[in-house]
Amino acid sequence: MAPTTLGPIQRKFAPWDDPSEVPLVRFENVTKRFGDFVAVDNLSIDIYPREFFALLGPSGCGKTTLLRMLAGFEQPTEGRILLDGQDVSKVPPYRRPVNMMFQSYALFPHMTVEANIAFGLKQDRVPKPEIEARVAEMLKLVRLEQFGKRKPHQLSGGQRQRVALARSLAKKPKLLLLDEPLAALDKKLREATQFELTDLQQELGLTFLIVTHDQEEAMTVADRIAVMDHGVMVQVATPAEIYEQPNSRYVADFIGDVNLIEGRVAAIDGARVEIAPSGIDARFEVAEAPDTAVDDTVWLALRPEKIAVSMEPPDDASVNCVSGEVWDIAYLGDLSIYHVRLASGITVKSAQTNVTRLIERPITWEDKVYLSWTRDAGVALIR
Amino acid sequence: MMPDEHAKRTAWGRRLVVAIPYIWLLVFFLAPFAIVFKISFSEVQIAMPPYAPVFGWEEGFAGWLDKFSELSFDNYLWLGQDALYINSYLSSLRIAAVSTFLVLLIGYPIAYGMARAPTQWRPALVMLVILPFWTSFLIRVYAWIGILKKEGLLNQALVGIGLIDEPLTILNTNIAVYIGIVYSYLPFMVLPLYANLEKLDRALIEAALDLGCHPIKAFWTITFPLSLPGVLAGSFLVFIPAVGEFVIPDLLGGSETLMIGKTLWSEFFSNRDWPVSSAVAVLLLLILVIPIVLFQHFQQKQAEKGQ
Repeated sequence: MAPTTLGPIQRKFAPWDDPSEVPLVRFENVTKRFGDFVAVDNLSIDIYPREFFALLGPSGCGKTTLLRMLAGFEQPTEGRILLDGQDVSKVPPYRRPVNMMFQSYALFPHMTVEANIAFGLKQDRVPKPEIEARVAEMLKLVRLEQFGKRKPHQLSGGQRQRVALARSLAKKPKLLLLDEPLAALDKKLREATQFELTDLQQELGLTFLIVTHDQEEAMTVADRIAVMDHGVMVQVATPAEIYEQPNSRYVADFIGDVNLIEGRVAAIDGARVEIAPSGIDARFEVAEAPDTAVDDTVWLALRPEKIAVSMEPPDDASVNCVSGEVWDIAYLGDLSIYHVRLASGITVKSAQTNVTRLIERPITWEDKVYLSWTRDAGVALIR
Repeated sequence: MMPDEHAKRTAWGRRLVVAIPYIWLLVFFLAPFAIVFKISFSEVQIAMPPYAPVFGWEEGFAGWLDKFSELSFDNYLWLGQDALYINSYLSSLRIAAVSTFLVLLIGYPIAYGMARAPTQWRPALVMLVILPFWTSFLIRVYAWIGILKKEGLLNQALVGIGLIDEPLTILNTNIAVYIGIVYSYLPFMVLPLYANLEKLDRALIEAALDLGCHPIKAFWTITFPLSLPGVLAGSFLVFIPAVGEFVIPDLLGGSETLMIGKTLWSEFFSNRDWPVSSAVAVLLLLILVIPIVLFQHFQQKQAEKGQ
């Protein structure tokens, strides 16, 4: 694979594809039960050094439990957790080379910003001049040089977030755990901080494990995302793979917006899989549908932005084309989302970029329109 | 209704609400205090009431001003001359201070345990702490006589298990007073401490552990400093009433037990020396005002910090 360029940073970072790479963190068949409730279900995953790994899922999916087991606040009921090759399952939190940034920041309210950042170093009996130098370095890193003598309650939310980050980074942990680190910030600040986090991770060369329920945040910061549901990782892949090649309806639906149309595999012909949608008089084709046979039930997953809307039928209306009536339009400024109701009653969403500044759009409510897409736009999902 | 009429009404309402505690203080504290204060400047006489009033209603304002110039501080000077009073004050302060410390020592682990108990247990635990209040204070102190006396439950139990051969003399000593005060005032320490510790964010302790801090050290560097407002509130709630405590030293204490509440009582009822006992009460109040003012000052600082 040729290196792909993302912004100014050249990225060809895929240690998970390299069998010679040694993982930093390894979960081996880890199960965690709270009474009858299974929070984490026989889960195994490797996380590699310098990786920015995101655990993504709705609340109660087990992502926080996973993080807390790694920090040492919970012990796995079954299985092992290896950190740098060592079993840490029974090691108490204060003896682990792992630091955590808490969702509530958990800054010590009776200590100054400096004392908060120095706290971890003091526990290790680092000499005083070294602590002072490290604290100054950390304050500079998070741009809070002027605020060292303040108490946490004298800071804004964004500043507190940065103190929490500085405190968790002060000991240069092998692995930094971030529990919903940006959840308390407003949208603009959150977006800016996401990029700061990735820059910081690159700069310091650390391994970050972030827990979030915000899919945009996971997509922005992570090298790999694990989508979790009911204690299992449904899919672990790069953000692009997760978005473009979801392995299940759950993942497709959780990440971004998607149209799911149920159907049946009608024919398989090399790079062309024909799907007969149920209840729609049309013929769909996708480029591939692995692990399927003719007559299997599949769901065609179509991202709204990959569907074109037109008043006139496209040149080849025989395949991947349906017609319907515009039921609703959501104008979002940059995008307009057309909700098109097909004759069968199914509603399909299509997102169109508003490239012109027209106030009156040519397509409006109750217009009869054609929706069409290319063969590689959709993915056939079997579960 | 006109808008400014409405504003006027709410302004009055506000004043009324603010006035209630002031009226309360005026009627139930300031007025009785003024009477006691007045008596403390008078002289004993065999009469009903047993003192010679300094100010009379019939003399008028001018007469009062005259009296002010020749006001007698004899009763207060007397408190300084007789060692009994000074010793009573000092002994009371010492007993109250030691008791407060003991209550804190016992109450802190209880409050801590309650705050760490499973959420569904906590209301029941709070209930258990409050439960003794359902029985009269006097009866509970009497019960301690039964427990502590020579042939009481405690001695029987200790002799029974062979820990001691001879029954201990606990009742009518200062030890019994300490036991009584610690027992009676424990809820006043536990409740504010519990309220404080329960609010403590568990994530703070986890953060300390995560940064390499041993749990015991985390308690002393995080939990304890953050619980100081609760410690202080509880300590004042125990210390202030314990200084003036009368029932416990009277019932459980002995002849050696010197407490100002007891001295005051005997001065008032046995000696029928209202002026001196009034002076004792006024001075006691002045002594207690200092910690109360300190406490208020501290609370205000805390409130400002919280903002």
